[in-house]
Amino acid sequence: MTPAVETYATLAEAARAMASGDGVYLAGGTLLMRAVNAGEVPRRIIRTTDRTLREIAPVGDAVRIGAGVTMVELLQNRELAFLHAAARQVGGPQIRAMGTVGGNLFAPHPYGDLAVALLALGARVVMAGQAGARPLADLLRDRARTGLVAAIECPRPRDARSFGFLKVSRVHPRGASVVSIGAHLPREGGRIRGARIAFGAMGAAPLQASAAERALEGQALDAAAIARAGAVAAQGIDPPSDSLASSWYRREVSGVHLRRLLESMERG
Amino acid sequence: MAKKPVTFTLNGTERAAFADPGQNLLDLLRRGVGDLTPKYGCAQGGCGACTVLIDGAPHLSCLVLGETVEGRAVETAAGLSGAALHPLQEAFMVHFAAQCGYCTPGMLMAAKALLDQTPKPTREEVEEAISGNLCRCTGYEPIIAAILSVANGSVRA
Repeated sequence: MTPAVETYATLAEAARAMASGDGVYLAGGTLLMRAVNAGEVPRRIIRTTDRTLREIAPVGDAVRIGAGVTMVELLQNRELAFLHAAARQVGGPQIRAMGTVGGNLFAPHPYGDLAVALLALGARVVMAGQAGARPLADLLRDRARTGLVAAIECPRPRDARSFGFLKVSRVHPRGASVVSIGAHLPREGGRIRGARIAFGAMGAAPLQASAAERALEGQALDAAAIARAGAVAAQGIDPPSDSLASSWYRREVSGVHLRRLLESMERG
Repeated sequence: MAKKPVTFTLNGTERAAFADPGQNLLDLLRRGVGDLTPKYGCAQGGCGACTVLIDGAPHLSCLVLGETVEGRAVETAAGLSGAALHPLQEAFMVHFAAQCGYCTPGMLMAAKALLDQTPKPTREEVEEAISGNLCRCTGYEPIIAAILSVANGSVRA
């Protein structure tokens, strides 16, 4: 079967074309073309050449990142330095030149390392043709039924040291995640206020480690709090098994790696 | 379904081809314009054998929709050598950086992308630059040595 490729000048037109439900959106191609090469050919491939998808602009305390911004473009932008550690961990140079911020939100397990960082930072998603923004966490809970992502609005951490990211893989410098972790721990008067911990490769999509977040909330980031967060890291989470790691292994080591990340953040 | 005409430059020369709907750039280059240097490896973005440069940046041609290179500049290993070998090709030969050779065109293009941006890379930068390219023969060390020798101007040393 051959697909019909439809190229639109504007995002609005592409969103309208997507609304009929039988099209698949082509951004960087690293997910969709892989499926096409494997014989999963959609009836319609929909794309747009809209330049607004490539824009990066400050919006109050947040940065608005167009869904079509690639990892390389993100890495070249100094305003987004707080996301560089995560973006650098996505794929190899070729994938980073192609893969987009919007596409990363839809990457299947165990991919989507940038989305883990965005989730930990409390990013919101702007959908094409819709006013306002919705929490990224909502989109990640149900990625199948969704519209077209126009942009991400990611709050800038007030203190760069309050955000940490760690990717654990078996192959260096480039490998898929055994687990990846984003931790945003803003502090007021030495106490953590609004702790957010996100895991990648611990579920079908990036998810929050709510038990670890509760263990850290209101605490000082000290050895005792870190130990408690590590101990409950995988609570309520049922990680998948794959060729990289079993579910059991991921459950066992996720807390260890969370502890190491928090310890490195404590050292500053 | 109708084929789509695509015009782009390939190694500096303007080329035109007809892309099938859904056809990837690797297939378009190999079958459409007869450039057999980019190799078909995994077709899923894991091996880097199909690496080409698009507007100077390394891309996996198997994951690029062929018709999207309209008006863009594509470079492949076929464009590296003129009357003489490209210094990278020379260095790969001197350092025995190829055995079966299947990864070599992709490795060369990944290395070229690095050296075009960063003429004096560190070893770590070289490792990072070829981290999207698999080689099952050499163990990578000869490849890293070859790329570093070009950067140091010591290919024949």
